Order: sequence, then structure tokens, then C-alpha cells
Amino acid sequence: MGAVVLILLVFLVVVILWVVGIYNGLVRLRNAVKNAWSQIDVQLKRRHDLIPNLVETAKGYMKHERETLESVTQARNLAQNASGAAKQGAAESQLSQALSQFFVVVERYPDLKANQNFLQIQEELTSTENRISFSRQAYNDAVMMFNNRIEMFPSNIIAGMFQFVRADFFEIDNPVEREVPKVSFS
Amino acid sequence: MFELIRANKRRSMILMSVVLVLLLLLGFAIGFAVVPATQPIQLGNSPFPLPIGGMIGMGLALLVWGVQALAAFFSGDRLLMAAAGAKEIRKQDHPRLFNVVEEMTLAAQLPAMPKVYIIENMSLNAFAAGRDAKHAAVAVTAGLLSKLDRDQLQGVIAHEIGHIANRDVLFMTMAGIMVGSIIMLAEMFLRMMWYSNLSGTRRYSSRRSSRSSGGDGAKLALLVLAGILAVVAPLLANMLYLACSRQREYLADASGAVYTRYPEGLASALEIISRNPGDKASISKATAPMYIVNPLQAGQRSLSSWTSTHPPIEERVRILRGMGTGASFRDYARSWGKIAGRQAASMPASALAAAQSSTSTRSVETQESASQRQRDTGDLLRRINQFRFIQCDCGVQLKLPPEYNKPKVQCVRCGTTHHVPSGAH
Repeated sequence: MGAVVLILLVFLVVVILWVVGIYNGLVRLRNAVKNAWSQIDVQLKRRHDLIPNLVETAKGYMKHERETLESVTQARNLAQNASGAAKQGAAESQLSQALSQFFVVVERYPDLKANQNFLQIQEELTSTENRISFSRQAYNDAVMMFNNRIEMFPSNIIAGMFQFVRADFFEIDNPVEREVPKVSFS
Repeated sequence: MFELIRANKRRSMILMSVVLVLLLLLGFAIGFAVVPATQPIQLGNSPFPLPIGGMIGMGLALLVWGVQALAAFFSGDRLLMAAAGAKEIRKQDHPRLFNVVEEMTLAAQLPAMPKVYIIENMSLNAFAAGRDAKHAAVAVTAGLLSKLDRDQLQGVIAHEIGHIANRDVLFMTMAGIMVGSIIMLAEMFLRMMWYSNLSGTRRYSSRRSSRSSGGDGAKLALLVLAGILAVVAPLLANMLYLACSRQREYLADASGAVYTRYPEGLASALEIISRNPGDKASISKATAPMYIVNPLQAGQRSLSSWTSTHPPIEERVRILRGMGTGASFRDYARSWGKIAGRQAASMPASALAAAQSSTSTRSVETQESASQRQRDTGDLLRRINQFRFIQCDCGVQLKLPPEYNKPKVQCVRCGTTHHVPSGAH
């Protein structure tokens, strides 16, 4: 009689430990997703902070490109004040477009391209763009791991019990950014 | 990935214990050679000659091991960086390198950015060291900075960050220092044997061995054993080290491809590195296995032998190029299996199951020209050698050597006079 109780007890303890292990794993993954998401925000903010400097440096050299500069500044202000994930996403991709427009125009100003300050800011911007895409990538990887765990047996049972919800992937919803750039030789 | 990390930890433990046994044996040998006296003790009911010197030697070896292990654990990265002649840099010294490291930190989701070091050497190489992801460092040579463009540099850094994320660095740092210490001890012992054979041993043996009951036969046998051990131990330690390090290279390549989603960056970087065999003079044997390509064997062809720490570069490049449009561990494993002609045993199942991802379509950023890159590297070297920099309004940067001691300097382009900030390096 005592032996049976003992075996049952041991079994119970093992099951509890197992559930705790899976639960902790899920929490760790969920936190990784949250952390990765906040990283994207950090990098977007970094980009906003860089742009006034960029415009200030370029101003002296690009007297005839007021429009381009203004559109960059405007897009930046819009992106900074946007609220809500959807709006923010749209504003950010607008800003990306304005910036790439700007860098096309810069090609016409060799003096500006040789300026040390400008080169520094350009490196920072390049890096920031990379960081944004790497943190998106890291976020999506984290989401993938989390979702896999939530859906796979046996962890899906525990996930269901404690109401872990699938996280969403970060998708680029601007069709322009998704397209492969067209190159025309005319 | 956790599987990888656990496997690495386990391997590190095994290596540590084997090295410990080797060290103890070596300590015994050295102790015995110095004091070849034995003390008969009662073991069961037969007398057993206990070698006192050997025991003391073993104790000392244990002490050495403990100190080494602690040193390796707590400041292994700094020790190795110092051994490689690397200097730590700050962001303003080379923003691009710093940014690339930070980008890869993000991509690999490391908890902290590794410290960045530069090696003043025109050969092309890089390595990583450290204890864990929070206490790590990467080092690149100045030659690498001046020869690679941004994408290639990113590939190399991604490989190094891969070593950090896979917890290779602890193993490599520990092993580097431990194997080094065994080699050192063995060399010391062999030199001692040489001299003691001329004087010491004979004197001791004539005076004391008559007292010990074990007899000369056993002692001679022990001495010979010790000699053999001193020759074999370093080789053995090295072999162990090598056996573990090649798989890590493949794995770090795979991680690099996954982080950048751009295997071509690392592939072309490796190609450039293999075409530029650098000078080997400044690289010690102990740190060699940690570099991205083996600096002591660069340029040699017979690399696929089991004695090399790194897989042949050509093979690594072909595997990376064979990944096609995919950039996940699975793609790397597939390409690896095809090119190395073996089952993909180096990739654990969990890594393969995760993250099916494809190469990113890179936005073509304006790349710096090669001359700009060389200028930047020159600036970096000047900066760590305490040149002063003055930014003129006309866009020119004035570079003043540390021995320039006039209070003013004129811009070479526009002629503006600048005050030299005193003491501000």
C-alpha cells in the first residue's frame, strides 16, 4: 500500500516539474519576443534622431534640393508623431522612401559626399537601416520559436492551459518595399 | 540552438578534465624528476614506495591548474587579446566596425555587445574570445578593415558573433590558455631533464635510492614514463583541442549566414582572406585556432588533414555559395552534406527545425570606396597611436602626430588657422 502511494507521489512530482519546465520555457520565449519588439522601436527612434543632423549637414551643399530635404524632414516628423502599429508602419516606410530618394540626389553632389561629417552620418544611417532590418529579423525568429512551441505537442497543452497566444510576425505592408527594384537601361 | 550550447558546454567540461589529468601526470613527472626519492608506506600488507617528489609535483600542478582555470574564466578574453597584441577601441575610432558589431549583436540577440579590439597587423584575420555572451570580445586586424567592404566585414563579424552565441568562446579561451600552459610545462620539464641528467639525478640516486626499498628498477621506469609523458602530453592536448574546433567553424559559418541572411558576404570575405596570406610572425600557436582562418596555415594547401583546426577555406566558401537562396541552418546543412559528401552530423535537429528563412534582398547602400576604406583604417591606426584630429569647416580633417607641439595649425585646403587642443588625444 505504502509503495503504491510512494510511486504515485513520485509520479506527481515528476509531472509537476515537467509542467513547470515547459511553462518557464514558454515564458522565456514570450519575453524574448517582447524584447525583440522593443529593439525595433529603439532603432526606429535612433533613425528619427539622426535625420535633423543629416538635413543640417546637407543644407549647405544642396541649395537647389529644398524639396527633397523638406520631404525627408516631413516624413520624419510624421513618423515620430504616428501612433498605433499600422500608422507607424506606414509612416516609417514613407520615411525610408524619402531617405532613399535623398541618397539618390546626393550622388549629384560630390563635395557633400566628400564631407567627413556627412560620411559619418551616412554610416550611422546605413547602420540604422541595417539594425532595423536585423531587429525585425530577430523579432520574426523569436516569434517563430514562440509560435512553434505553442503549437507543438506536448507544449501546446500547457500553452492552452495558461493562455499563451500566438505572436504576430512583423510584415512589411508597403507593397513598394516588397518589390524588387526595377532597373532600366535607357 | 540550446542543444548546441549544451553540447559545447559538455565538450568543454570533458576537455577541461582531460587536460587536468594530463596536467597532473605532467606535474607528477616533473616532481619526480626533481626529487626522485620514495618513501615506503604500508599499502595493504606489502610495502609501496610513495614518490614524495611526484606527489608534491602533482599538488603544484593542481595549483597551477586552478589558477589557470580561474584566470581563463575571469579574464581569459583580456589575456588572449593581450597575447594577440590587440587594443580595445571605442566607437569614434572606427564607427563602421563598431556599427557592424552592434548590428550583428542585434541579429544574434546577444544580451550585450562584445568589446571590440583591433590588431595592428596588415594580415587579414579576426577572432572572438570571452567567457559567455555577456563577457565577450571580438578582434579584427587592421588589414581586414582595409580590404573588406561593409557586407564582407559583416559576414566575418557574424561568424565571430556566431562563436560567441554558440558558446564556443569559453571553450576556445579556456582551451587556448590550458593547452598553452601544458606546452609550457612540458617544455620546462624537458629542459630540466636535460640538465638534471648531467648532474642532479645521478647525485640524488646515488645518495638516496639506497634507502628506499622500491629499488632502482621502478624508479627508472617512472622516470622514463615521465619523459615520454612530457613529450606526448602537449601533442595529446593539442589533438583534443583540434578535434573539437573544426565543427565549430562550420557551425559559426552557418550562424553567420543565418544572422546576415547573406552567405555571399562571408563567402567573398573568406575568398579575399585566402588570397592574402598575411605574416605569421606575430601570431602564437596558442591563439591560432581562434582566428577565422588559421593564421599559421594560411596559404598552405593540405588543410583537410585531421591536424588542422580549420576546415579548408575553399570548402567553406563552396558550402556557403551552395546555399542558394536559402539562409537557414537547414540550407547550410544541406549544402554541407552535398559538398563535404557526408551526412550533416554537425547540425543538431533543433537548429534544423527552427527558422526556415531566405536570403534578404539587400538594399544597395552606397558603399564606401576602397580608398576611403584605406583612409579610415589609417585614421584608426593613427588614433590608437595618439594622433590628434581637427575637423576643419571646409570638410578637411587634419591629422596631427603626437610629436606635433605647436599651438596652432593651418588647414591645408582653405588656410584657416586652428588651435591645437592641448593634451586632448
